[in-house]
Amino acid sequence: MSVITLSVNGKEVAIPEGVSLLEATRAAGVDIPLLCHLDGLEPVGACRLCLVEVEGSNRLMPACTTAASEGMAIHTHTHQLLDYRRMAVELFFAEGNHICAFCVANGNCELQNVAVQVGMDHSRFPYQYPQRVVDASHPLFAIDHNRCILCTRCVRVCDEIEGAHVWDVGSRGSHCHIVAGLDQPWGEVEACTNCGKCVDVCPTGAIFHKEDTTAEKLRHSDRPALLKAARDEHVWRNQ
Amino acid sequence: MTTPDPSTPEPAAPEPSAAGLPDRPKLRLATVWLAGCSGCHMSFLDLDEFLFDLAAVADVVFSPVGIDTKTYPENVDVCLVEGAVANVDNLELARIVRQRTRLVISFGDCAVTANVPGLRNLLASADGSSQQAVLERGYLELADTGAQLPFAPGIVPELLPRVLPLHEVIAVDLFLPGCPPSAQRIKEAIAPLLAGERPVMEGAEMIRFG
Ligand code: SF4
Ligand code: SF4
Ligand code: SF4
Ligand code: FES
Repeated sequence: MSVITLSVNGKEVAIPEGVSLLEATRAAGVDIPLLCHLDGLEPVGACRLCLVEVEGSNRLMPACTTAASEGMAIHTHTHQLLDYRRMAVELFFAEGNHICAFCVANGNCELQNVAVQVGMDHSRFPYQYPQRVVDASHPLFAIDHNRCILCTRCVRVCDEIEGAHVWDVGSRGSHCHIVAGLDQPWGEVEACTNCGKCVDVCPTGAIFHKEDTTAEKLRHSDRPALLKAARDEHVWRNQ
Repeated sequence: MTTPDPSTPEPAAPEPSAAGLPDRPKLRLATVWLAGCSGCHMSFLDLDEFLFDLAAVADVVFSPVGIDTKTYPENVDVCLVEGAVANVDNLELARIVRQRTRLVISFGDCAVTANVPGLRNLLASADGSSQQAVLERGYLELADTGAQLPFAPGIVPELLPRVLPLHEVIAVDLFLPGCPPSAQRIKEAIAPLLAGERPVMEGAEMIRFG
């Protein structure tokens, strides 16, 4: 395994060749907010919270999907980036219907957490109040599209880890939403094995166990990484 | 800093108060309650013995839970505003608060985000207004008997087309989210203000919604 070196906020780090800029920031001990990224799933660069500045490039790059290369110099917490990140998080709140007070994920929600991380104490953008639906047709789980941030973690975990590929992304622009099967009620999709992995990885209160009520949804977003390590490297949690 | 003019006498040192601190004018504190459930005010009352410390340095000059005054006074130093702006009375009071208050605090998720009262915005018709739809839903569609729309001009305030967070109506100086903000969070936010400092609104303990 060859090693490359690059700098993160002026600090030199050495990381294996072929990993992403996200691994470089981790090696430097720098915390950047992430929403769509989840260890164990293929990165897609959907949420744009992990954008970093790369010296010599006038484009901002998502750390989770950009390959690290020898000699790069990146910056993770410039004023511009802090400003954009807070704006991006405010837009997540403004474009959905997030009423934390009675949400199943209240106190245990990754969107709430990144809001704290970027210092969001209010939204400067007016709330849009989009018309969205709740699909409670599945016997065990439900999806409340009002809280979905389109991170596609559910799509990826169901496809990559469970192999059932129940979820997809449908429509465009502000109508974009997660669809089950062939845009069917979730409960009618025979491919669903009831494994609950999409519940585990959903960062918000969008997908949840029906028996959970306000603030009762627990976080299990570490599970894909554990399963992947078990399958690929035969490393189990208790080893 | 200005050099004191030697010809004018030094101002007399302020008399120490009972607590041993120099007396300074008491902070003029107000709280108001717009479209909210009163939970933020209940949380404020949960400050328990800190309320005694507060009373030693602040006068509550207007508050639905603290004083009977019906008119919002002039020269208020700090006002905690609970609730979203949902009707014409809320709007009028919010504007008066802004005119007469040095530091306006958006107090709780309803004031900060419109939160639960804002849910009626989901019933909006094509022009974006929801006041008729929410009345019809509440008083006609869901009525078991005697369905009729409330109509008492000058007594029951008219609803605004949309429910708005406070900062979309008036300028806000400090945001104190939470549904409700815990008594501890309220204390951490207002204790520095009593000392003339701005609180640090950072971290989950201070700004997490919900
Ligand atoms: S998903 Fe998270 S941010 Fe959205 S309402 Fe629920 S707790 Fe709040
Ligand atoms: S429960 Fe499992 S199989 Fe069903 S949609 Fe979720 S991840 Fe896919
Ligand atoms: S349902 Fe949850 S996991 Fe799926 S895209 Fe929406 S927020 Fe992400
Ligand atoms: S975490 Fe990188 S784009 Fe979402």
